[in-house]
Amino acid sequence: MSTATADRFEAPASSRAERLRKALIGTAPIFLVLIVLLVWITIVNPNFVEPPVFLAFLKRAAPLVILAAGQYFVIVSGEFDLSVGSLVTVVVVVAARLIDGDSGNTWPVIALLLAMGAAVGLVNGLITTRLRVPSFITTLGMLLILSGAVFLWTGGAPRGALADNFREIGRLGIEDFPVLEQLPYSVMIMLVLGAGAIVLMRAGWGRRLLALGDNEQAARLSGVRVENMRTVAFILSGLSAAVAGILLGGFAGVSAQVGQGMEFEAITAVVLGGVALGGGRGTVLAAMAGALTLEALFTLLNLQGVSGALEDTVQGIIIIAAVAFASYRLRGAR
Amino acid sequence: MSVRESQAEGTAVPQNGSATKTPPPAPRRRTSAWANTRTALSNSPATPVYGALLGVFVLAWIIVTIDGGTFVTVDNIVGMLQRSVALGIVSAGQTVVILAGSLDLSVSYVISLSSLLAAETMEGQTSNMIPAILAVLALGVIVGLGNGLIITKLRVNAFIATLGTGLIIKGYMDDRYNGPAGSIPDTFEDLGYRRFGVIPLSVFLLLLVVVVIYLLLRYTRFGFRLYAVGGDEEVSRLSGVRTHRTIIAAHVVCSICAVLTGLFLASRLGSGTPTVGQEGGYDLESIAAVVLGGTALAGGRGGVLGTIGGVFILAVLDNTFNQLEVNAFLKDVVRGFIIIAAVAVYARRTGTGRRATA
Repeated sequence: MSTATADRFEAPASSRAERLRKALIGTAPIFLVLIVLLVWITIVNPNFVEPPVFLAFLKRAAPLVILAAGQYFVIVSGEFDLSVGSLVTVVVVVAARLIDGDSGNTWPVIALLLAMGAAVGLVNGLITTRLRVPSFITTLGMLLILSGAVFLWTGGAPRGALADNFREIGRLGIEDFPVLEQLPYSVMIMLVLGAGAIVLMRAGWGRRLLALGDNEQAARLSGVRVENMRTVAFILSGLSAAVAGILLGGFAGVSAQVGQGMEFEAITAVVLGGVALGGGRGTVLAAMAGALTLEALFTLLNLQGVSGALEDTVQGIIIIAAVAFASYRLRGAR
Repeated sequence: MSVRESQAEGTAVPQNGSATKTPPPAPRRRTSAWANTRTALSNSPATPVYGALLGVFVLAWIIVTIDGGTFVTVDNIVGMLQRSVALGIVSAGQTVVILAGSLDLSVSYVISLSSLLAAETMEGQTSNMIPAILAVLALGVIVGLGNGLIITKLRVNAFIATLGTGLIIKGYMDDRYNGPAGSIPDTFEDLGYRRFGVIPLSVFLLLLVVVVIYLLLRYTRFGFRLYAVGGDEEVSRLSGVRTHRTIIAAHVVCSICAVLTGLFLASRLGSGTPTVGQEGGYDLESIAAVVLGGTALAGGRGGVLGTIGGVFILAVLDNTFNQLEVNAFLKDVVRGFIIIAAVAVYARRTGTGRRATA
């Protein structure tokens, strides 16, 4: 009797400890890799730990981190979103044409861009869930449609210009901040959105999303509205692409190539974070850490003087190695 | 006793029937053969593809004619066939890996690398042709083995594994080459330009690849295992299929198709080019063709004939757009719509709506 009660009291405690342990094992490797990379960068370039330099790094990484968080929702629900790269380009090009250098247009256009991101996500989600087109094809088709449509509209090359107050979002910040000198807006946006994503995944909605990614049938039978949730995941991904586009437009300026390849970078970042393609496994924090790791890797390769060309080779090897390591560990844990 | 009698009778009846043998079974067999063909036709995933191809073709014919162009001429149709060769060969290989439940995003880089390897090994010398072809085939085997081993033994998702190997090859090429390299001897340029009557030699190359892969899928153990592994890897493993070998072999076939495409493109261009694969967009385009051809992205269902139908649909569209002088960007928009719409129709038709988790 007494042992039974003791068991009953101990059981939740041990399971919580167990859960914590599992959570740590699940996300620790990517943080370990991130820390190793950051330390390595610091050894090569000791200035890196100074707050302004480090914040500049975070500022550069912010768009990819936000994109990775959005992609995480889609991937964890068992789908892909290949359209985000071209959506980023579309956002930047549309912003330039509509604002056309007039700062009075900035805020309405930003609202429009966010709505556009959400609309693209909604269409992706509806086609995937209602018409049962595999998301790989849906979003691949959307990629073609978006990149074709935007240049059809602008006549082949980006036109117009971004207003200064639009660009400030991506490049400036709160000045004279204690210790940090400058707190970039993009880093603040990244932190707020990141925290929001974590809260969302810890709430009931996030748990249901994980459940349906893991076992769609079981989730459906226990009353999860699978189609609606997946559609919302696509909308979140579209929104994140719109935000990333707004930040990148300010940071990097207007070009037709601004979002090129970002869909693969975002998916790579999410997978680096230990999130399983196919759904149901991994945390959004680790996905964002994956994006930071990827950005740190690019920084390090730059510092090491690896030629821009070989950067791709190193990236390829590291992605494969990281995923191989993760699946090796997963097998060991089982 | 009575049971045995009735059994005896039961066996006796058809024998009696077969005493007056010759007339009855023959028509029955004929109808059943026809029925078989009919069910095979209506069940084959390739049938709606060719229906769609016919529809697109007729529509294109009407539109181009109204516009004042000519569509159904020998030259134009042969032109479309020739344009389909490169994408057709890659897509045939892509079909094999997708049937196995995998996919290959590295093909466009493999195509570029093989065109460089071929042109540099040949260096304009006809005598170097055979070594160059062997070297390129070896490259295909190595890349395919690499992809397959990374996917099966290291258990890396095919999407990431082939994206990674593609990046590795891309980095190598960007580092070593700044532009076209090597040169192709005139003899080998025949592959790209020689014609038999009106039919270009390269169309026969496409035909050969398609027939080989069709036979491979339809009549060999490898083919049966491929469908089994693509349908359910765990179940086929438990039923004694060596799933890893099957997937590795599928990737070798796919990479060999990619290097053949590289050889063909090198013969067309007269030299090796580090960007020829990416400019053609052969990675995503070949996957689109396979899916347009009715093959399930999740694996286990479909075939190479459908894929070729998908390639032809894309070729007819391309030709029509060119004749109408449609803006290149509008082309992409329409292509995107058509790919999504076609797959939505297939999903409706098969009803199961299997999702890709590959």
